[in-house]
Amino acid sequence: MAGPRTIHLTVNGAPREGWVEPRKLLVDFIREDLGLTGTHVGCEHGICGACTVLVNGEAARSCLMLAVQAAGAEVLTVEGLARDGTLHPLQEAFWEHHGLQCGFCTPGMLLTACDFLKDNPSPTEAEIREALSAVLCRCTGYQGIIKAVQAAAPKLRDAR
Amino acid sequence: MEALTPKLVGARVKRLEDRRLLTGQGSYVDDFRPPGLLHAAFLRSPHAHARIVRLDPAAARALPGVAAVATGAEIARLTRPVRALSKMKEYRVTSFPPLALGKVRFAGEAVAAVVAASRYVAEDGLDRILVDYEPLPAVSHMEAAMGAGAALLHEETGSNLLLAREFATGDVDSAIAGAAVVVRERFRFRRHTAVCLENRGCLAEYHEGTGLLTLRSATQCPGLVRDILADLLDLPEHRIRVIAADVGGGFGAKSSLYPEEITVAALALWLRRPVKWISDRREDLLATSQAWDEIVEAELALGADGTIVGLRAEVTADVGAYSIYPWTAAIEPVQTISFLPGPYRVPHYRAHARGVTTCKAPMGPYRGVGRPVAAFVMEGLMDRAARLLGLDPTELRLRNFIRPEDFPYKSPSGIVWDRAGFTETMLRARETLGYEAARAEQAQARAEGRWIGVGFASYVELTGIGSAIPVSPGMPVATGTEAATVRVDPSGTVTAIFGIASHGQGLETSLAQVVAEEMGLPLEHVRVVHGDTALSPYGTGTYASRSAVLAGGAGILAGRAVREKAFTIAAHLLEADPADLVVNGGRVAVRGTPDRGVTFREIANAAYSGARRLPRGMEPGLEATRFYDPYFGTASSATHAAIVEVDRETYEVTIRRYVVVEDCGRIINPLIVEGQVHGGVVQGAGAALLEEVVYDGAGQLLTGTLMDYLVPAATLVPTMEVHHVETPSPTALGGFRGMGEGGTIGAPAAIANAVADALSPLGIEVSELPITPERLFRAMPDSGGADRGSRA
Ligand code: FES
Ligand code: FES
Repeated sequence: MAGPRTIHLTVNGAPREGWVEPRKLLVDFIREDLGLTGTHVGCEHGICGACTVLVNGEAARSCLMLAVQAAGAEVLTVEGLARDGTLHPLQEAFWEHHGLQCGFCTPGMLLTACDFLKDNPSPTEAEIREALSAVLCRCTGYQGIIKAVQAAAPKLRDAR
Repeated sequence: MEALTPKLVGARVKRLEDRRLLTGQGSYVDDFRPPGLLHAAFLRSPHAHARIVRLDPAAARALPGVAAVATGAEIARLTRPVRALSKMKEYRVTSFPPLALGKVRFAGEAVAAVVAASRYVAEDGLDRILVDYEPLPAVSHMEAAMGAGAALLHEETGSNLLLAREFATGDVDSAIAGAAVVVRERFRFRRHTAVCLENRGCLAEYHEGTGLLTLRSATQCPGLVRDILADLLDLPEHRIRVIAADVGGGFGAKSSLYPEEITVAALALWLRRPVKWISDRREDLLATSQAWDEIVEAELALGADGTIVGLRAEVTADVGAYSIYPWTAAIEPVQTISFLPGPYRVPHYRAHARGVTTCKAPMGPYRGVGRPVAAFVMEGLMDRAARLLGLDPTELRLRNFIRPEDFPYKSPSGIVWDRAGFTETMLRARETLGYEAARAEQAQARAEGRWIGVGFASYVELTGIGSAIPVSPGMPVATGTEAATVRVDPSGTVTAIFGIASHGQGLETSLAQVVAEEMGLPLEHVRVVHGDTALSPYGTGTYASRSAVLAGGAGILAGRAVREKAFTIAAHLLEADPADLVVNGGRVAVRGTPDRGVTFREIANAAYSGARRLPRGMEPGLEATRFYDPYFGTASSATHAAIVEVDRETYEVTIRRYVVVEDCGRIINPLIVEGQVHGGVVQGAGAALLEEVVYDGAGQLLTGTLMDYLVPAATLVPTMEVHHVETPSPTALGGFRGMGEGGTIGAPAAIANAVADALSPLGIEVSELPITPERLFRAMPDSGGADRGSRA
């Protein structure tokens, strides 16, 4: 087994350094080494989407990536969404429209929606459902989540 | 005295717990890593049924980073095996060891545990444990398991039949023999699992200095877990603290005691180090409790006018390898026959249930417990009867509902329905759907050759169960009470502490609404604490749709007691008559003279100042603990309506519309109630169309990933239309009824009925769930699928 190595990356805007075994998953690195426990693990085989973070601006499943693969990358986790105590419009909309119950899928949902609205700023309901079917939620039946994304879309458009 | 604060109960309040969850600041079990933490991984049996001939952990123990390897024999020295007891006459008690002892009874059963510096190393350790198994014949089929010559799973019982129970009222055989119409069917509801998005997990720490064992667990029932751990580990109960902080969904599957919780606690005691185990999804699908898996043979008899005269049923359930604590293996099948008659007047009834042990993960409670199967069967029979009688299915239901003048109504299985709006929910559902128009559109679509169907399901469930009956039939563990402590600190803010544990239901918000309203305080003055046995008065946890009713009732009583004392103090300070006082926004004043008042802060301050500022003889302090027991429990009900289309090419079922009209009594927070309905319906839709745990004949799990076990994504169910009929519960304090499970009870039945309606021109009935495209294909008259897809 190859020994640990040093990696450098940017997480939520701040430079971070890690000393990791090559087999360590990115999600474990984020949660254990960086202490950012907002990113969750729901299946560790790429289906549930709970572990979704943005890597260089694109949604990625951090359970399917090794930490060493993120060397040099820019990573955004749920902890980086709010700015100076002000919630991101998606976070506000999830709150307003009851887009979460247990909250376990929420970080992955938020980051997936964030990535999706960047590519499709004025989506239809069907497009939102299609895009968010990448993340499983067992609690909400998705209705509040869909409403929240619909409500956040114009706010994010205006903010651009 | 009265509260003038704007109504909080009934208000669409945004949830108080959301901010932390939205910003990644939640505290789920896996988020904790105390210093010195060790990580556990479990070795799981690859065999369904086998004797353990040899287990050699030496190589694993030698691996650098491994702190310990525990085998079944070692854990057995530290704990007792779990024995879920029952008062049921025909129930055979069996043992569930935390780690297998001598033999394994299902693929996935924990055999040994490795504890190491990291989970990675612990899993490396698993690879080095040598186990020799001597395979035994797998018991994989519930009907075969009862046959002569079937291998015995639990030698101590002498039979694979773990339980049997019957309910009988009247003379059903004569009623059926004399009836104008009898419909019968063999229904099959396949095995299911909860798939909480957060897998199970726990973290145990033993503090030698204080002798305190703390177990953090992703559990719904911290109180129940503490009670039994004291017994199993032989520790004084006040030295055990169980904490369930944020929990990522439960749905019943996290309400039972699990072997891993016992093992991890025992390991922490043994090693004097904190030990954590977090299930991965494979372990979850292998070893978390599963649900349903019943065969129901049922007959419904009616008069020529459609009046029900009798119902007879035989239920056989595959309860898996072990009887789960505390609910026992009886929970699913006996609940099914308890609730089979539904919201209807059924004068003659006999139903018999059996639970059979096989080599599968244990059966446990899952959202709805028994009632999703009961509703699927009863509502399926109602539709068959309507077709036979040429009656409209909604009309047949309206003719048979328990009527307002019948309440309180004692069901033929002995359950008492306090009052419910069965008829109103049906009428509102028809109206919301635009029933006539929906039928006209269906006729039009049929003429175009499309398969469109409309389906209804009405159900009633018992929620907020008090001490009159156990939550699970026959269970000796008491579940009929909950308590609240309402504590006002000297600054006038309130901490309300409950023994329940919220795992997504928003109880931090809804209970704060209840307490704040009772006390006349603004919502933000009340903080709810739950899920921690060291902080709360005694309670068991959140399950069986009980927390709004039991914890809500306890919160009202405790809040009321504190408010009364606060008023007495205020009257003393203001030199007024308590009867003349009103409270508004945290200020108590004399009615009509708002200037003559004191704030809650001043009252609280006085309460802790002692004799100088209190009425003569009054005990200082401002807090109260109250227990609440609703005794029977209260009926919660709904009518669901679905419009579906079956694709003629692919046999895929698309849900076009979904309507729910529910009656959960007085609503605390419509936002939360609707969220619970939405989530429940989608789980029910998953059960109807997608979700199925599959084992092969050798007892191997074939659905071990989320690619094989399909849970609904955002595309399965369109926007649901949810409406409320509010029939306040006449028995439960506050008028609340529980409603966390109902969505999942109604949806499988409504969708099954809609699909059957779509296919009725072809003469196809739906008797098996989930309705997969393959099953529909096999059911088609020209498919050549001779067995019509209903292999048991
Ligand atoms: S944990 Fe990564 S997709 Fe499920
Ligand atoms: S809120 Fe619980 S899984 Fe989505």
